[in-house]
Amino acid sequence: MELLYVVCVGVMTFSGIFLCLRGRTFPVVVGLTMLSYAVNMFLFSSGRLNLDGTAILGKAENYADPLPQALVLTAIVIGFAMIAFVVILSMRARADLGSDSVDGREPRDADQRVNAKRGGQ
Amino acid sequence: MLLPPFQGVERYKYRRVATFGLVIAQLFCAIWLLSTVISNGPTMYAVGDWQPPFGIILYADVLSAILVLLTSFLGLGVILYTFAGEDRAGRYLQPLIQFQILGINGAFLTNDLFNLFVFFEVLLIASYSLLIHGGSKEKTASGVHYVIMNLIGSSVFLFALGVLYGATGTLNIADMATKIPLLNESDRVLAHIGGSMLLIVFGLKSAMLPLHFWLPKTYAAASAPIAALFAIMTKVGVYCIFRVYTVIFGDAAGSLSNMIAPIIWPLAIVSIIVGTIGVLASPNLRAMTGNLVIVSVGTLLIAFSLRTQEASAAAFLYLIHSTLVTAALFLISGMVGEQRGKAKDWFVVSRKLKDQALLGILFFIVAMAVAGLPPFSGFLGKLVILQAAVTNVEKAWIYSVILISSLFTIIALSRAGTTIFWRNVVSKNQNDASSLSMWKVSATVILLIASPILVVMGAAFIEYTDLAAAQLHDNNLLIEVMNLREGG
Repeated sequence: MELLYVVCVGVMTFSGIFLCLRGRTFPVVVGLTMLSYAVNMFLFSSGRLNLDGTAILGKAENYADPLPQALVLTAIVIGFAMIAFVVILSMRARADLGSDSVDGREPRDADQRVNAKRGGQ
Repeated sequence: MLLPPFQGVERYKYRRVATFGLVIAQLFCAIWLLSTVISNGPTMYAVGDWQPPFGIILYADVLSAILVLLTSFLGLGVILYTFAGEDRAGRYLQPLIQFQILGINGAFLTNDLFNLFVFFEVLLIASYSLLIHGGSKEKTASGVHYVIMNLIGSSVFLFALGVLYGATGTLNIADMATKIPLLNESDRVLAHIGGSMLLIVFGLKSAMLPLHFWLPKTYAAASAPIAALFAIMTKVGVYCIFRVYTVIFGDAAGSLSNMIAPIIWPLAIVSIIVGTIGVLASPNLRAMTGNLVIVSVGTLLIAFSLRTQEASAAAFLYLIHSTLVTAALFLISGMVGEQRGKAKDWFVVSRKLKDQALLGILFFIVAMAVAGLPPFSGFLGKLVILQAAVTNVEKAWIYSVILISSLFTIIALSRAGTTIFWRNVVSKNQNDASSLSMWKVSATVILLIASPILVVMGAAFIEYTDLAAAQLHDNNLLIEVMNLREGG
């Protein structure tokens, strides 16, 4: 289970960071979302992974650490609000600036690449 | 229908009275807190009566109390400035400013790392909305950068917290300080990683090199009072660096003690150099002030990396000065921009300002204070930092970097002042800009008066900052207050 968990968190973090480095707001927003999922799972695992553990005393033999669960709940709520904000902001940026590039304008050489003359030059 | 009080026309009058009353009340509370802490020693408050190390603890020592007082005072200036009409440019400016102050004060007062994260988010979400307040293309463009950068920073913060919690099993700063030296080999590596990741977050907040790229653009895009309020936000990052790396990874942390000081030292010096180059290269007053913020952060971090109690005390004095003075400079650049029509605050020849004399005098005073000329507080602030250097190597670096940077700051500021105030085109058209609102002038004057007061009452301030540094470096005191000492 540990291996599966670690691979999931790692792949999700990697995808999140990769998408955050893209040039358009949509992939960046998706990347931020994935990064926040990865963070939540990571935070959850910081109390160590237990099977059949309860967070309340006296209910089972094994105990799971309840604090990371409380932290994850807080982090989920905050992360969700922040993602909602960034979605609205990037929609507004698209409307205000006329471009969905994170810089608010197309990169200088994008035009040349799209409308390149045939035969190279 | 979800939010009944927010419906209908905004009643600006009531809102202004309420917000002014709130900020005055805050100011008195902060003064009361500071005087209590100075006379009775640090206090803690266990939220919900969950005792440390389990619950969330708010902890006030002299350092926190001074910074809360500074925030409230800055808030007073900013709020007075917005009364001139800035709060009619968009909705809910006053509530957002209060939220921002709440987040900043909370970050200063908390003694729990996760609670620090929560307060960071409170101050950040308020700052996102404040930044795009009023709305324009530049604000939206820089807002996108600012929000994305800080969201990534928040993720890194949570990763760091997870690692630190996994290694030490606690989030209370005092408790963590007691657990760090007792860790076994593998957990110590984890704590090292977690601590280093925290530095990324605090470096991003404090605009330490190489994480400073967002700052000049963001501060130049924000409207003047908002930029002035943001002047304290970088200081929140600096405060967290001081708190976390003095208490948790300080002298008592065994093999992890002072682990980031060797990293901070070169970064601080490079911050000052790059910030100074930015000051010289800035095309307008706002961008120049933004770069001055970077220089001041570099100066604070240099004092941090000396890792002595005297250096911390010097840094806190400089912190008070630089926050108030850069905020005043942002307010002045806002007023200058308003009176020059299209030229705004760009360094170009344009028509004469309407209130030339008044703005010129204010700018002259701020410039003297920023550059560190006597009799203003910049001189005292820089002097104590220079005096804090002990060894010859430290002296050589600190003296040369800070003094040369001050020289270039003087050059840049005098160029800015002569271009804006003296090199005017003769124009037949009357300057039709409206005259300055008394709210704006009084706000700036209030922030500026603090600068000579810092010098006149310098002995008292130095005494308080010494006390603050002594309490910050005294882990035993913190552990005593938290009742964490049980048998070892």
